[in-house]
Amino acid sequence: MRLRTFVIALAVLAVAGGAAFHVLTLPAVAVKGELPPRPADLANGETMFNIGGCASCHATPGQEDGRRLGGGLALATAFGTFVVPNISSDPQHGIGAWSEQSFVNAMLRGVGRNGEHLYPAFPYTSYQRMALDDVRDLFAFLKTLPAETTPSAPHRLSFPFTLRRGIGLWKLINLDGRAFAPDPAKSAPLNRGAYLVNGPGHCAECHSARDILGAIVAKRRFAGGPALEGKGWVPNITPHADGIGAWSENDIAYFLEVGLTPSFASVGSAMAGVVLNTAKLSADDRAAMAVYLKTLPPRPGKAPPRKS
Amino acid sequence: MLRVVAVLAALAVGATAVYAQNAGAIAQRQATMKEFAEATKVVGPMMKGEVPFDLAKVQASLKVIETTAIKGKSVFPDDSKVGDTYALPAAFENKADLFARFDKLAAEAKAAQASMKDEASFKASMGKLISGNCISCHKQYQKPSQ
Repeated sequence: MRLRTFVIALAVLAVAGGAAFHVLTLPAVAVKGELPPRPADLANGETMFNIGGCASCHATPGQEDGRRLGGGLALATAFGTFVVPNISSDPQHGIGAWSEQSFVNAMLRGVGRNGEHLYPAFPYTSYQRMALDDVRDLFAFLKTLPAETTPSAPHRLSFPFTLRRGIGLWKLINLDGRAFAPDPAKSAPLNRGAYLVNGPGHCAECHSARDILGAIVAKRRFAGGPALEGKGWVPNITPHADGIGAWSENDIAYFLEVGLTPSFASVGSAMAGVVLNTAKLSADDRAAMAVYLKTLPPRPGKAPPRKS
Repeated sequence: MLRVVAVLAALAVGATAVYAQNAGAIAQRQATMKEFAEATKVVGPMMKGEVPFDLAKVQASLKVIETTAIKGKSVFPDDSKVGDTYALPAAFENKADLFARFDKLAAEAKAAQASMKDEASFKASMGKLISGNCISCHKQYQKPSQ
């Protein structure tokens, strides 16, 4: 009798646990039905493309045209190797046949076209801050880019990261779905800079330390950290002596335009690709990002000494 | 036995020749990159608006960039691939592309000496000259500094 009660209790718990997991990990979308028609602003879409850094990951490797978005770049991380998908306008291999709301849900909620969770290697934790119209303009702009016929390759991950449904639990902690809200007490450039840096620019995704679950540590946001790939260190970009405390707003804007530090050293590595994107932004947008970065709380954090 | 020793010695000499790297060429390459940096140190503060625009200095810097870009093609000998260098092996494996980039930079720096006539034309195109040449090439062929 006692055993039977135990077994029943266990079964009930298992079912309840399974049901809870099922409910908690249901992919939630931002937009359910079709969006009302709206004329797209392609110039704004191009700005979002450049600040969003789409080309840095999705451009076909081995060639330099950032507008050929055939994917295929392999990102070797602690969780496994993510293979960047084709997001060109090709209807079969890219996003040419995607609906606008599917694209919006991918950008703002990390939900794929078939309602599945997308891996957060795609930085939707930052993109969720974007304005809906900016995402729609970006989609319209992407559709004007060439179709690439390279099929997307599967990610090479190890268990348990192969279970997409588990991302739903991760999202409970890391995705609040709140769009950027400008602070009326702050200047327009400061709000614009905050939006570009935290939303489409997704600067914190690389320039922060993460915990073992891959979530950004709030107190280390923008203070630099180990590179997600390889052995490098991503620099601190807060106005602390360990970061860019000695840089003027002008220095930051100039860096984002030409890729030279205040000592005129040239940027390399992944940031070189970022600068090739920010070089295409307006001078006002680069200046706005600089204004905002100088207002960040100064946080310590510098690269550990190199081991030789 | 003597023959074996002789063969081994010859192999060792050969191997040394393969692995001995041209430290002089690496130093020369770094000095060449430094010349680019010195030229950008002249134009950079003008771009930032920290010093007044000076057309003569801009043109002199562009001339330095042009001649340095031509020189760039002579500072990547194959025996300077390994050693204390920031150049990636890819730079030596894709020399046709690397040299085409130096040619492009030299041509653009030369054209800019004529086309940059005032502060407005300077500010409109100097940034693209630097990011479109220096940064795009470093992205391909320079090791990350950390």
